[in-house]
Amino acid sequence: MSLPGILDRSLTDLSRALERREVSSEEVTLASLSRIEATDGRLHAFLRVAPERAVADARAADARRARGEARSRLDGIPIALKDIFLTRGLETTCGSRILEGFVPPFDATVVERLAAAGAVVLGKLNMDEFAMGSSNENSAFGPCRNPWDLERTPGGSSGGSAAAVAARQVFGALGTDTGGSIRQPASLCGVVGVKPTYGRVSRYGVVAFASSLDQVGPIARTVPDAATLLGAVAGHDPRDQTSSTLPVPDYLEGLEGGARGLRIGVPREWFQGGSEAGVERRVREALAAYEAMGATLVDVELPHAKYGVAAYYLVAPAEASSNLARYDGVRFGLRAPARTLGEMYGETRDRGFGAEPKRRIMLGTYALSAGYYDAYYLRAQKVRTLVRRDFDRAFERCDLVAGPVSPTVAFRLGEKVADPLQMYLADVFTISCNLAALPGLSVPAGLHPESGLPIGLQLVGRPFDEATMLRAARALEREMGPAPAPGAIG
Amino acid sequence: MALSLDEVRRIAALARLRLSPEEETRLAGELSAILDYVRQLEELDVSGVEPMTHALAAGETPFREDVLLPCLPPEEALANAPARAGSCFQVPRILE
Repeated sequence: MSLPGILDRSLTDLSRALERREVSSEEVTLASLSRIEATDGRLHAFLRVAPERAVADARAADARRARGEARSRLDGIPIALKDIFLTRGLETTCGSRILEGFVPPFDATVVERLAAAGAVVLGKLNMDEFAMGSSNENSAFGPCRNPWDLERTPGGSSGGSAAAVAARQVFGALGTDTGGSIRQPASLCGVVGVKPTYGRVSRYGVVAFASSLDQVGPIARTVPDAATLLGAVAGHDPRDQTSSTLPVPDYLEGLEGGARGLRIGVPREWFQGGSEAGVERRVREALAAYEAMGATLVDVELPHAKYGVAAYYLVAPAEASSNLARYDGVRFGLRAPARTLGEMYGETRDRGFGAEPKRRIMLGTYALSAGYYDAYYLRAQKVRTLVRRDFDRAFERCDLVAGPVSPTVAFRLGEKVADPLQMYLADVFTISCNLAALPGLSVPAGLHPESGLPIGLQLVGRPFDEATMLRAARALEREMGPAPAPGAIG
Repeated sequence: MALSLDEVRRIAALARLRLSPEEETRLAGELSAILDYVRQLEELDVSGVEPMTHALAAGETPFREDVLLPCLPPEEALANAPARAGSCFQVPRILE
């Protein structure tokens, strides 16, 4: 394998090349770091690059290989992490000024697991502040851009993760998804993004946004790559009491099983003109491809899906207002000088939080305040039950539910910043999956017929049935051929 | 539903957020628009529907043994403190 082309290879291909000793982890890590150096001034996918640490880790991986003691398929593979994951000794800001300079004293469980698998972390990736946003424009450190068109957003909140993977800066990344924050940027950047079932992956050491919705997942260039990363981080963690004890299957086993015999549910409500014509066309073509591969399409109904955004924008801000109470200037992060404790809280939070976290803290505090709890938060939690029942009913007749990820291709930076509600509606197709605690993913389904921008197909599975969802995504990926690379950054 | 400026100030005080007058005005408008949008949930009859307070089935997340586990040494826990006094986090005065 020649070094110049190596960054275009998938994680899975690189893993084989490392195993055969055709290339060293140090060589490929240095190639990735050069790629970041050459492109990130324009892309801004990274908030922080950690080259010394990465090269040291790569050398250690090479030494293990030389001794025949490779830790896993991920040993020596350059990846990066959304800046929401706590990394011991490496600054973690969550895209916020209030955490600027915060150096975590411990690693998130998923970071520990990736290290145990030998993955080489190159740095921390850009994101909307506290994962609140769908365009990366809420990052306190300036937005990441889309490698397909630098005037457009990569999506959010895991925009840096999707952009870095699409732009060949790294071979995979971890993101988080509270209302679509893995799947939507994956769709907008033309890569694979997986949001596992709530409880599948530990959130210990992951900065909390909305605790009944947040879930960790991989972003990668191919389905097998994503399956490899998911397998490395999934599984019970005694330090996260919401993490499930169900065993983790080998996601690579059966991955090539094809789509024959699968029943794919097509919800009427996701095809009622809610997405732009080019998006709906590619999604319908993907459904036709499944039929041609031997799957059956089944009409299903999700009558409460249209209430998803409304329920989400009560539940998520309510939980955020509680989770973000910890940023008070006392134990870590920013502290504004003040005469009294009360003033210190107010000043610190005023200076430290950007407009979107403030908006959501206000909304959530209102929704939880005396006299409003029943009308807002409690009602929204009841609507969640209705959303989940819709899916349970659909899954009596199908194995997966399919539809668009995002109603549009990547939009222009600045296009939606003035109207928070319009930005929230970018998540209209992804939110139900979080509300219902189900696994969902985005897999490339081609390019928009006019703009040439990528479009993702969303698949939603039964609880803890990531394997079927990944197998179906892999079938489409094989049918479509290798996803094209973005052209805007050279 | 229009949220009054007084109400915005009351919520900001509950959330320990000091807002500028411009922010108060802007948030009153934005929050009113969002609350109008979420009002569509009132169309639904949710009587007799249990709220989804747990996303996982019972038994999937068992209790652990109540045993002492290692925790952060005080020096590491204090390493990010904006101000400290000995082994304590130091804060400005609480009473005037």
